[in-house]
Amino acid sequence: MGGEIQMYLSIDGIEKSFPHKEKGRVNVLDNISLEVDKGQFVSIVGPSGCGKSTLLYLIAGLDKPDTGEIRIAGKKVTNPGPDRVVVFQEDGLFPWLTVLDNVTYGLRLKGLPKKQADDKAKEMLKMVHLSNFIDAYPHQLSGGMKQRVAIARALVMEPAILLMDEPFAALDEQTRMVLHNELLEIWQKTKVTIFFVTHNIREAVLLSEKIVVFETRPGKIKEIYFSKTMKDGIMPNDATFHLEKQILASLQGEIEKVLREEMGDDYNFKADPLHRDSSGDMGSHI
Amino acid sequence: MFPSLSQVLLTLYTGLVNGQIAIAIYTSMGRLLIGFTIATVLGLFLGYLIWRSKLVEDTLGFLITALQSIPSIVWFPLAIIWFGLNDFSILFIVAIGATWTMTISATSGFKNVPKLYQRVAKTLGSSGFHFLRTVILPASVPQIISGLRIAWAFSWRALMAGELLGAGGGLGHLLEMGRSLGQMDLVISVMIIIGVIGTIMDNLVFLRLERRVQKKWGIS
Repeated sequence: MGGEIQMYLSIDGIEKSFPHKEKGRVNVLDNISLEVDKGQFVSIVGPSGCGKSTLLYLIAGLDKPDTGEIRIAGKKVTNPGPDRVVVFQEDGLFPWLTVLDNVTYGLRLKGLPKKQADDKAKEMLKMVHLSNFIDAYPHQLSGGMKQRVAIARALVMEPAILLMDEPFAALDEQTRMVLHNELLEIWQKTKVTIFFVTHNIREAVLLSEKIVVFETRPGKIKEIYFSKTMKDGIMPNDATFHLEKQILASLQGEIEKVLREEMGDDYNFKADPLHRDSSGDMGSHI
Repeated sequence: MFPSLSQVLLTLYTGLVNGQIAIAIYTSMGRLLIGFTIATVLGLFLGYLIWRSKLVEDTLGFLITALQSIPSIVWFPLAIIWFGLNDFSILFIVAIGATWTMTISATSGFKNVPKLYQRVAKTLGSSGFHFLRTVILPASVPQIISGLRIAWAFSWRALMAGELLGAGGGLGHLLEMGRSLGQMDLVISVMIIIGVIGTIMDNLVFLRLERRVQKKWGIS
């Protein structure tokens, strides 16, 4: 680091490998270094298996790196902790608790009195438009509502950083669009730092300020792009379209690498294996 | 050899009112409650140990699977030698009849707690006993309830067998008394009571409990 400004999240020389049946060990993350400012919205995009979720788990403290270290606000990450809350792809709400009790779970752990925790949770649930469902059980909610509760449960902890692991991947397109707008609204309101993992390039371009493109096997940072996000509501325009195209082109080789590994010689390389249509929808999933 | 229905009903009625059957029910249920509670606590504890440690799983876990296949009444001779022919021996086989299956249910309940819940709880700051109490235990409730239901059936059977062979009152003993006095109406009355209690426990207590949890969780 050095210098006057201390980076808020600093990832330094991270290596991580997992045991593998045939190959002994497989290197998943290879010398990852990355810095994130306070209040920044960073996205990680890359093909499946590139280790982007692994990196998120390392930041969360759910797993440990082989070498390198991760610091958040100057403090070294060693264990999971409420300053780094994760929103997972599936909501992970506890089915035995009501919506309100799910949201207060972490607050009560922090030692907040019940009344205070309830008030805080209610306020947060209002922010995600679920005031009418505080006494419902998770199974009574739709997928989008559940994910909203999960976001409220994370935000209510006032984490130093919000880690999101493909949080909208399991939702339908309409719900996802609504939640994109809401997430941006929340981000502006709370000024929380967001670390967002996705395989959806469009999502990354629309939401984040900084887009980190990963290459795969082993996972490495390939390129970093900066985007002017739609802070006044999502409105894809030429600039985002252009950026999306650029990132897609940069990822194309990676996608081929994955296909070759999965299908071996059976895979026939075409000049342009990715579907693109002129209206600009270039396949939000890669 | 078969008493008339009216004879049976009369015996049943007087037995309940004058106390002979009522006292037997009280004695039996008391034993069942104690033995079953011991089995549940022990089963949860053993399940926890097996869940926590691979070594315990490979050793104790294997042993318990083997022990589970022994009908609990088989322990009775041993119990009599250890404790004498008394209440304690009966409690012993009641407890031992339910402990192993309770352990197995608890283990599989703990093991099947989704990783996702565990990760969520950990990132929100939960650990240690709090983690066990607020995540592992509630998340395995559906499986624990079906475990309780099976465990209850095992202890109920063990209790009847134990009382039949042992001394000291209870429904099983009353059954044996009826036989030795040649009082078939009493024997059949007690059999009816045993069937009724079994049905009530299974349908009204455990099935209801199971349904309530399923409804709350939104399963089926």
